[in-house]
Amino acid sequence: MERYYQKEIECAPREQIKKWQSERLVKTVKRVYENSPYYKKLMDEKGVTCNDIKSVDDLHKLPFLEKEDLRKSYPYGLMSTPIRDCIRIQSTSGTTGKRVIAFYTQRDLDLWDDCCARAITAAGATRDDVVHVSYGYGLFTGGLGLHGGSHKVGSLTLPVSSGNTERQLQFMEDLGSTVLCCTPSYAAYLAETITEKGLKDLLKLKIGIFGAEAWTDEMRRDIEEKLGIKAYDIYGLTELSGPGVAFECCEQNGMHINEDHFIAEIINPETGEVLPDGEKGELVFSSITKEAFPLLRYRTRDICILNSEKCSCGRTMKRMGKPLGRSDDMLIVKGVNVFPSQIEAVLLKNGYEANYQIIVSRINNSDVLDINVEMTPEKFSDTIGEISAAEKVLVNDLRAVLGIFARVHLVAHKSIVRSEGKAVRVIDKRNLY
Amino acid sequence: MPKTVKQISVFLENNPGQLADLTKLLSEHNIDMRTLSIAEAEDFGIVRMIVNNPEETMTRLKNAGYVASITPVLAVAVRDEPGGLYEILEIMRKDGVNLEYAYAFIAKKKIGAYLIFHVSDADTEKAAKVLSKNNIPLITQEELDLI
Repeated sequence: MERYYQKEIECAPREQIKKWQSERLVKTVKRVYENSPYYKKLMDEKGVTCNDIKSVDDLHKLPFLEKEDLRKSYPYGLMSTPIRDCIRIQSTSGTTGKRVIAFYTQRDLDLWDDCCARAITAAGATRDDVVHVSYGYGLFTGGLGLHGGSHKVGSLTLPVSSGNTERQLQFMEDLGSTVLCCTPSYAAYLAETITEKGLKDLLKLKIGIFGAEAWTDEMRRDIEEKLGIKAYDIYGLTELSGPGVAFECCEQNGMHINEDHFIAEIINPETGEVLPDGEKGELVFSSITKEAFPLLRYRTRDICILNSEKCSCGRTMKRMGKPLGRSDDMLIVKGVNVFPSQIEAVLLKNGYEANYQIIVSRINNSDVLDINVEMTPEKFSDTIGEISAAEKVLVNDLRAVLGIFARVHLVAHKSIVRSEGKAVRVIDKRNLY
Repeated sequence: MPKTVKQISVFLENNPGQLADLTKLLSEHNIDMRTLSIAEAEDFGIVRMIVNNPEETMTRLKNAGYVASITPVLAVAVRDEPGGLYEILEIMRKDGVNLEYAYAFIAKKKIGAYLIFHVSDADTEKAAKVLSKNNIPLITQEELDLI
């Protein structure tokens, strides 16, 4: 039997959902216009007033927000409540230019927790479960998001955070963890380790909630088999709150969007034109209940398809398919957002040329980032020691900027193919999309 | 400035055929190698060689797209018998001269063993003095071409 965390909302009639969306959108637009000088300017420039937004049907009149806008308004330009009402900051990794900072009021956290609680409940967990949260805690939204959701469900919550696999396994065994929340690649790694150590029969895992990076169905089957669980996908962005923007139900045929909090649109990434449900395009979200940091028409750059058909799980909320790609060059490696431009900036700063190649692969279900960098006459030295020392500095700088480790390979000068026009800088061998 | 020998250092990727390509280029331009040694790291290596015409070699390498440089190194004759190399190294040790890298070769025209070595820039002068104090002459580029 399907369980719901907030059945009256999750299974509400479509007209009711539309009504909520309209009311909340109108209110949010007003508050944002009055409090965020940055978005006010965008609306003024587009010639849109608050009075033009009377219902969700008017959403298309509002200007888009892009990641670039977050950079320009960093840090407080899009905040829509006074600091005194905000109680939390979360952030993505990355350099100042690419890092996303999000603010939360108490109510924002409360609603975010509700979203995660819906996901946890849809996956089948109850207050009788032991929820093992192996997402990183801290600035990353994964850990604290699922943690809050698990509290709401009333499950016994284990805030293990990421890393230290030995300890993870020890806790799992000793405490009988039943629900595992982490990135799919870490789940795959744990599954591998558990298989090697022959621990499967000693564990009580039955459910996995995995998100923050793209994963294939093949990977899902592999994890499910090795851990003896059913694995569920969860979607979210720090910009909108974190995990729990959308989640899978028992049907596992797309992720239900928490539409009472986030309005989803699909647009043509080239023209910005809104496309009907069922068509492939870029996913755009508007937060309509957030107080501190409500982004309107935020372009996620995720390419996907919306499905508004009724789901047999009983939920009436629209579903989004697995993202099919990106409309920008962002890569998600080990759950961390990586932009080629960040890598380029580090190379230039270190005196290397902007000719490089990024190769992302998945080895034993774990992402590996390799960067081929050309040796230059200026960086060349007659001794291995000097070249290696410079390489080490580069690797450390990359780690500091990207937040993850990248293997650097020095290659011959001018050996990376310079194609006419746009260079092929990225080779993603993971076939995720 | 002490008498030094011009060594050519070339950056090569650690892949099959890289050294073959390099030597092919040299042979096409009739460049004669007196010595060749390779220092290797994980992904790349540095080929160090002494050739009959360093300037021309550098031009050829650059035109072919190689990253290369000329490094001054020191060369001395070594007694070609047990203890010959030790004799020289002991002299250096006494005066605290540190060798960063070295390689030896045997010549056929002027039969004998020779040691090529590199010390830090700061130590080059000192190394030359130490050797001269001990009556060990440094070999010049021109002399090297004749042996």
